[in-house]
Amino acid sequence: MKFAVIVFPGSNCDVDMYHAIVDELGAEAEYVWHDEDNLDRFDGILLPGGFSYGDYLRTGAIAQFSNVMREVKKAAEEGKPILGVCNGFQILLEAGLLPGAMRRNASLKFICRQETLLVENDHTMFTSLYEQGERLQIPVAHGEGNYYCDEETLQMLEKQQRIVFRYCNNPNGSIANIAGIINERGNVLGMMPHPERAMDTLIGSADGVKLFQSIVKSWREQYVLSS
Amino acid sequence: MSYLHEPTATQIQEQHLYRDMGLSDDEFTLVQNILGRLPNWTETGLFSVMWSEHCSYKNSKPVLKKFPVTGPRVLQGPGEGAGIVDIGDEQAVVFKIESHNHPSAIEPYQGAATGVGGIIRDVFSMGARPVALLNSLRFGELTSPRVHYLFEEVVAGIAGYGNCIGIPTVGGEVHFDASYDGNPLVNAMCVGLIDHRDIQKGQAKGAGNSVMYVGAKTGRDGIHGATFASEELTESSEEKRPAVQVGDPFMEKLLLEACLELIQTCDGLVGIQDMGAAGLTSSSAEMASKAGMGIEMNLDLVPQRETNMTPYEMMLSESQERMLIVMEKGREAEAHAIFDKWGLEAKVVGTVIEEQTLRLLHHGEIVANVPVDALAEDAPVYEKPSCEPAYFQQYQQEAPFVPHVTNPKETLLQLLAQPSIASKAWVFDQYDYMVRTNTVVPPGSDAAVIRIRETNKALAMTTDCNARYIYLDPETGGAIAVAEAARNLVCSGAEPLALTDCLNYGSPDKPEIFWQLEKSTDGMSEACRVLETPVIGGNVSLYNETNGVAIYPTPVIGMVGLVHDLAHITTQYVKTAGDLLYVIGGTDASFGGSELQKMQQGFISGAAPKIDLDVERMRQQQLLSAIQQGLVQSAHDLAEGGLAVAVAESMMEGSVGASITITGERDAALFSETQSRFLVSVKKEHASVFETICEDAHSIGVVTDEPKLVIHDEQAGVVLEASQEELLAAWKGAIPCLLTSKA
Repeated sequence: MKFAVIVFPGSNCDVDMYHAIVDELGAEAEYVWHDEDNLDRFDGILLPGGFSYGDYLRTGAIAQFSNVMREVKKAAEEGKPILGVCNGFQILLEAGLLPGAMRRNASLKFICRQETLLVENDHTMFTSLYEQGERLQIPVAHGEGNYYCDEETLQMLEKQQRIVFRYCNNPNGSIANIAGIINERGNVLGMMPHPERAMDTLIGSADGVKLFQSIVKSWREQYVLSS
Repeated sequence: MSYLHEPTATQIQEQHLYRDMGLSDDEFTLVQNILGRLPNWTETGLFSVMWSEHCSYKNSKPVLKKFPVTGPRVLQGPGEGAGIVDIGDEQAVVFKIESHNHPSAIEPYQGAATGVGGIIRDVFSMGARPVALLNSLRFGELTSPRVHYLFEEVVAGIAGYGNCIGIPTVGGEVHFDASYDGNPLVNAMCVGLIDHRDIQKGQAKGAGNSVMYVGAKTGRDGIHGATFASEELTESSEEKRPAVQVGDPFMEKLLLEACLELIQTCDGLVGIQDMGAAGLTSSSAEMASKAGMGIEMNLDLVPQRETNMTPYEMMLSESQERMLIVMEKGREAEAHAIFDKWGLEAKVVGTVIEEQTLRLLHHGEIVANVPVDALAEDAPVYEKPSCEPAYFQQYQQEAPFVPHVTNPKETLLQLLAQPSIASKAWVFDQYDYMVRTNTVVPPGSDAAVIRIRETNKALAMTTDCNARYIYLDPETGGAIAVAEAARNLVCSGAEPLALTDCLNYGSPDKPEIFWQLEKSTDGMSEACRVLETPVIGGNVSLYNETNGVAIYPTPVIGMVGLVHDLAHITTQYVKTAGDLLYVIGGTDASFGGSELQKMQQGFISGAAPKIDLDVERMRQQQLLSAIQQGLVQSAHDLAEGGLAVAVAESMMEGSVGASITITGERDAALFSETQSRFLVSVKKEHASVFETICEDAHSIGVVTDEPKLVIHDEQAGVVLEASQEELLAAWKGAIPCLLTSKA
């Protein structure tokens, strides 16, 4: 399985995402510059964290217009797994691939710390190796991670079990303690916490490993075992 | 000032206009002698910034010469953007600390942010990938709205820049004292990693080679920043606000990636230097001077953000996120291609010339023609008069401070809540300290530790300075500052390699202040020699005074150490019940300049704690050896607040407690700040080996199951009992509480 790590000007967790895949997971990954217009050679797309285009406007507001985002949308339609972490999540929201919007953290300050997440849905291609109700130590690092959506959308997300992760101690004011959500089809996950920073107990936690392993497992089941 | 209305050379001389730029009458005469004529407006500007203390170290050179600057591992000492130390495997660590005090006093967010931006450029201009940021901050007491504002905005500015550019801010220190009320200190340090083959120099070699300007456009911001940094702050300093630059971390991220790509892939690159203080002037003059060449530059070609900029404005602007590079003639296109990819401007603005002159053209005319060495090398050096201040002997002879402790538990909880000791989580939470996923020991322990990918090694780093001791006794205090930084590294399992220093003092024109500078650097130099940690670079920030009152002398030490094996990484936190607790080193009643004295008396006085550097060195070496042999579970240096605070700090993580027994005079045993001491926990089975290695270690107690601190006195029984919850509440709650309370 081969992953694309999308690099926007200002991405800064691209290297971490790459190392998580290549060093820790042992899968293939390649950096893809934001103006590329073909992602056909990849099986999964990773939108890393950072400050794309400086994020001086709304986070992700400019990145959504990058050439590569047309391809990301196409990949989403093709059912390829797409993971947006932090700024990647913000970009997915701006691009309309996931519902809702981000506001500044309730504290109005950047927050960087280890957080405890609750796995709400273990029936996704990103979480199948976790157990529902499992608690994960995954760090957050963001200034605008205060997820918001209207009541109707929230009901829909709840009903369709599209809230994949919730915070145990909501750090940023997100509605319904939402830390990560998935699209209706189940192949686009956006989350503020950084699983790629939780790949090794030496640096604090390895609880993110299973997320990436789940993606690979799902891909194998779909493409390798069936072929 | 428009170009046409610039004063003439004669007006500059007759009306002493150079004085406003910070040049003295004698210096102006010297300029005249060098040029053999009167300088014009632009040239006067060039000399004034290059001869400012900030750029020339004209007042501090004599003391800087004392520092040991070489060692078997030192690849680059002071003089370039940053120093470089070998760490084996054809890799090296690059680091430097720099002040941004004056800008931060006026505009704290941007002042701090651009301080971070500047030090990052210093490191990547050497060819290194920046891997960590640290800082050292000093503010007035957290009791006034102004200090709240400065503190919150400085922290936000550091966070805003570091988080965006994606370099983890892994450590630092924050202290509060009335002496910094009007003049906060903002010192930023950057650490980078480099392969030996990528090491760059800021040199403009090879006549005919192209001088290229890369990065952000030049605006009118920061004009005369270096001069401003070399003056005292006064009530009118607010008027200097336009001199403070505005940072753009996104631009710098692009510049960083583009420059590293150029360095790593293009051998047509001859030299590269940051346009920091004194911008285009210092980068061009220094690059040419170091290479023994000159530069001719056409200012019409300089990318400009504003219209009708004069040569004076362009040369003195300190607009951020710019670099000057020299490319081999004919290979400019290779640089263009890389900078284009990153969406950055790269323009040929000049040529390297044989004649050792900085020649500037504008609208077809020569607007400046100045020998480069005169700017970069020939600033006058002043041997300032030095005089021991009266306070020093008074403090030396003063009867030692005797603390008044009726309830040791209350005293401990109060100490833990002193802002300088209290948890800085409020600060660190705002820094992305994990990005790049190498941070093994995050902020909060004695030193931060980051792993080096593809090796089994790690780097430990710390910033440290107890300015109270230095104020009371500069020589002893200076030695303690270096020793304590090394202690922090040893506690984390690292071999101290070298240091960078940021010398923050008041006005050197005052003999008493110059004495502080002289004596404290004597103490530092001696400690550097004994502990074998050479000084590989740094920065001097003088004139830190508000309305005539100087800050405490504050030479901040930024030290980096090498962890030879990831297994050696150690933190200050006790781990497992049953482990034995030791203190290495004996205790006397050292309360001069202590946290307890400050808390009880309201001010500090008396003699600073003594230090024996040979003892220090022996204990550090023995402890490091014990750590490297896998005998140590946790190690913490005893600092502000003494043993009681150290033990409490060692149980702020996890769910175990400690039970210890003190001997001798109770208050000294608990709170004295005797130097060269460590708190160590050791597994029982390792006790005897540990005791043979660390000669001065004596057992004081044990790590317990219950998250509780119990301190017994040999004679008096239990003298203190506090739950982890109580300790945490005092320690963690203090800063948020002070910030939310009405100042």
